[in-house]
Amino acid sequence: MSLIESLPRIRGLRLPQASGLIQWIVPLAILLIWQAACVAGLVPARVLPAPSDVAAAGWKLLLSGELARNIWVSFWRASTGFVIGGGIGFAFGLVNGLSQLGSKLTDTTLQMVRNIPHLALIPLVILWFGIDETAKLFLVALGVFFPIYLNTLHGIRTVDPQLIEMGRIYGMTDGELFRRIILPGALPSIFVGLRFALGIMWLTLIVAETIAASSGLGYMAMQAREFMQIDVVVLSILIYALLGKLADSASGALERLTLSWHPAFQKH
Amino acid sequence: MQEALRFLLPDAEPVDRADFIEQARLARRNSQTPSRGLALTIRALRKSFGDNEVLRGIDLHIPAGQFVAIVGRSGCGKSTLLRLIAGLETIDAGTIGFGENTRPEDVRVMFQEPRLLPWARVLSNVEVGLGRDRASADAQARADKALGEVGLDDKRGQWPAVLSGGQKQRVALARALVSDPRVLAFDEPLGALDALTRISMQRLLERVWRDQAFTAILVTHDVSEAVALADRVLVIEAGRIAHDVTVDIPRPRRRGSADLAALEGSILRHLLQSGDDPSEL
Repeated sequence: MSLIESLPRIRGLRLPQASGLIQWIVPLAILLIWQAACVAGLVPARVLPAPSDVAAAGWKLLLSGELARNIWVSFWRASTGFVIGGGIGFAFGLVNGLSQLGSKLTDTTLQMVRNIPHLALIPLVILWFGIDETAKLFLVALGVFFPIYLNTLHGIRTVDPQLIEMGRIYGMTDGELFRRIILPGALPSIFVGLRFALGIMWLTLIVAETIAASSGLGYMAMQAREFMQIDVVVLSILIYALLGKLADSASGALERLTLSWHPAFQKH
Repeated sequence: MQEALRFLLPDAEPVDRADFIEQARLARRNSQTPSRGLALTIRALRKSFGDNEVLRGIDLHIPAGQFVAIVGRSGCGKSTLLRLIAGLETIDAGTIGFGENTRPEDVRVMFQEPRLLPWARVLSNVEVGLGRDRASADAQARADKALGEVGLDDKRGQWPAVLSGGQKQRVALARALVSDPRVLAFDEPLGALDALTRISMQRLLERVWRDQAFTAILVTHDVSEAVALADRVLVIEAGRIAHDVTVDIPRPRRRGSADLAALEGSILRHLLQSGDDPSEL
């Protein structure tokens, strides 16, 4: 996936059967060491509860239905905000990448807005929308807009002009040129934007839910803090980590599916 | 002299006299078959980029089916002439005429870079060359046939990234051939290939030109390539045709034969004389 991985592998370092599991060795080892440290009394439970306690807290919340409801609320906010912000960013990227006029009209404005940290808008957003769903969706959408916009724009601008000339010589219409040359050429860059956007999506959501929410994972963590339920706090942090990994794997799978032509994704 | 050349150039295989005459006869008979190619007439063609006048009045007639090579120093305007013929640049003044009923698919270009779509398999890259016929039912069969002509039938399902430089260029040739063009313009098509691949690609170009009888226009910086392939070599200097040399050597031509070497030498002398600064070469 990365540049290093795409390089020819050194013989003897390859573990073909275990390659799917090998990535989980380090997280598992950390869990075991953590558990051992807690059981041995090296870490006080007030500071960091043992993984087994966290799991027990998770099981309790799962039985009460609270966990599933909060995860669902957070997931819904994240994905809806992502679709809205990513969709608008992609559309602006396409228009400004393909049209000089569009680029002249809006690019400067967008570049100025980009330099405002979107989390700085939280006070304003709370004044506008209160703490209802719109506020969270707005922040997530704003956060994912820019990585998608910038990378779509960059991807389209850097499509090899020689290929576009070739397409014109062979009589491609504008639609065919876009579908067969410009979009596939921009795709690797669009995926970079997608991955950045996924990271920003979780970050924004956590902050928004921690500050102003009455449901969701962030709210659950804040609520637990007030009641000194440190195991629930740690649980929600771990769930964020898992959800982030899930989103990254999904985009990785999509990447492998659509970029199978790319030398970096070809099986050796 | 012959002996010495043969000694110096080991790849120049000796050919029997009888065999040679037979092949010459064959070549002459081939040249008499009516060509599918288009004749090309250029009159008073001019082209400038900004203040830089690249072509300063080109007058040229290329008969149907002729193989013309255009040589010259870098910046002499040879690539611009080719791009104008292929319709890739707009004409400032003058005319380029192909005769009646020319379809866009009749004129094809092959570049120094293969310009294959990395995200399309070899076969669909060749199908791109069909132009408006891409959607027709026999598109795939035609693309397959063109791949066969360049000897790459077995690579139809591959990604371009796994092909060698010479193979990519052969796919580009198949893409140019698939629409049965009547004029094929080559812009340094072999410039980026290694010496051995060049030689086999030159043979391939000559073969498809003879089989398909299109009009071929080859821009090259390699004079030996020009005399080995072309019926006629045009030397361009400072935006004008300075020399128009007929290559009257029967085909198949032997690389490194004395006639070719002599002709190559005289064209190189023209090129060298024209330059004020010999270090430019």
